[in-house]
Amino acid sequence: MKVLVAVKRVIDYNVKVRVKADNTGVETANVKMSMNPFDEIAVEEAIRLKEAGTAEEIVAVSMGPQQCQETIRTALAMGADRGVLVKTDDELQPLAVAKLMKAVVDEEQPGLIILGKQAIDDDSNQTGQMLAALLGWPQATFASKIELAGDKAKVTREVDGGLETIEINMPCIVTTDLRLNEPRYASLPNIMKAKKKPIDEKSPEDLGVDTTPRLTTLKVEEPPKREAGVIVEDVAQLVDKLRNEAGVI
Amino acid sequence: MSVLVISEHDNTELKEATLNVVTAAIALGSDVHVLVAGAGCAAVGEAAAKVAGVAKVLVADDAAYEYGLAEPMADLIKGLAADYSAVLAPATTSAKNIMPRVAALLDVAQISEITEVVSEDTFVRPIYAGNAMATVQSSDAIKIMTVRGTAFEKAAAEGGSAVVESVAAAGDPGISSFVGRELSKSERPELTSARVIISGGRGMQSGDNFPMLERIADKLGAAVGASRAAVDAGFVPNDYQVGQTGKIVAPDLYVAVGISGAIQHLAGMKDSKVIVAINKDEEAPIFQVADFGLVADLFKAVPELEEELGKVGL
Repeated sequence: MKVLVAVKRVIDYNVKVRVKADNTGVETANVKMSMNPFDEIAVEEAIRLKEAGTAEEIVAVSMGPQQCQETIRTALAMGADRGVLVKTDDELQPLAVAKLMKAVVDEEQPGLIILGKQAIDDDSNQTGQMLAALLGWPQATFASKIELAGDKAKVTREVDGGLETIEINMPCIVTTDLRLNEPRYASLPNIMKAKKKPIDEKSPEDLGVDTTPRLTTLKVEEPPKREAGVIVEDVAQLVDKLRNEAGVI
Repeated sequence: MSVLVISEHDNTELKEATLNVVTAAIALGSDVHVLVAGAGCAAVGEAAAKVAGVAKVLVADDAAYEYGLAEPMADLIKGLAADYSAVLAPATTSAKNIMPRVAALLDVAQISEITEVVSEDTFVRPIYAGNAMATVQSSDAIKIMTVRGTAFEKAAAEGGSAVVESVAAAGDPGISSFVGRELSKSERPELTSARVIISGGRGMQSGDNFPMLERIADKLGAAVGASRAAVDAGFVPNDYQVGQTGKIVAPDLYVAVGISGAIQHLAGMKDSKVIVAINKDEEAPIFQVADFGLVADLFKAVPELEEELGKVGL
């Protein structure tokens, strides 16, 4: 079985994001970029399926500017076999990404697609579900455990009150949650090997997809700041303040 | 045109998350309808009809909707959506699973986790874990969105008298099935609706130390939460997680114990009315958002807190 994983290049999760002075977006110049953490979990899961003999080939797909190639290289260094870069400098919103992914899926015919549940830049949490809809495939979002057996996938999902298990037909879409696995670090020899692995480049035009954004960002602002309060001396003072000053207990 | 709210329920009770969404829907300025899709869910339909501001309740009662599986739910909502200018759902794991599927079936964008309705096509939503707020305008004919509950007041659960209509089921594509659920059993309130929350972080050192927080929670009628670090370390299950990738909460009182205050955690709790931080590291970023900070070893401070609360009769 072929497994497709989607990897997004985002501002590194350790970076303190700053809103641009002209309120058009956030500062991305000279900022460290990394693979979206949930996508690392997706890549790791695909590699584990390959190590278990369930998957034969792992294709890492990314979309956006040329630098997304670096994100694909990271996936290749972790253990993916080859990459597909859909190159564009235009803004891509989740619906457009899902449409581009569908076009790649039509060509690649994978049996399973694993995506991160959400990207930590736009926090949309949409692409996997949208791709499932466009393909008419079932979806298992927020996965914490995946068991494949024949033409079915049994997936445990993180839901608000605890865990839920569903069974879906293959081919299918899975989106990853935190506890699915702990992604590996790429070893130096594997980083070197990854440089030789092939990355296929395409454009949205090649794939026949209209990526016009449906949402226009009018402005981006800083959230209201919270003022730091007071440091209390001891627990007794804390309880006194909560009771008599804030009135919350 | 009217707007449709997708209700959150367990086939027996209407969940409070629905009430915040009704308030967001009312802000759009049109008639508000509520969809109750489930199995044996008539009581939920009746409860939804009593919510103030709701004009009509649609009940789709069919076995296909019993567990809220995304595939049949999305087909149903897609079929109904043509009559509405907007479809809104709470930003719960259930609706986050379903709504993007609906949006793609309709070939429209989804606007995730709105925190403000500016006009019928313009909304504010947090990006980058709430470190920036984006104002976005939709050019789609049908606006599909999820609503961050903490940003909208709850509509009154009583006082309305909406018409209840049943709608036909849209079938089950038969590509997914429900196997089971393991829900955390707790006598304490749910995190997203609790008035008080006490959360533990990596500083708790082990899941075995969480009962310390639970005893405080029981005195305050609080829910117990955790930071991602505590979940990653395996101290507590993921459904305890407060933060960018967990639950977004805004209780009257949030007590952060042994939590350093990573951006990802602050994203989930910084709208709380009063924040208390207990941490032995006075440089911890959590103190920058705390109303009351206590620099202390939590293993001393928490038992003391229990004792002090006892002294004031809690």
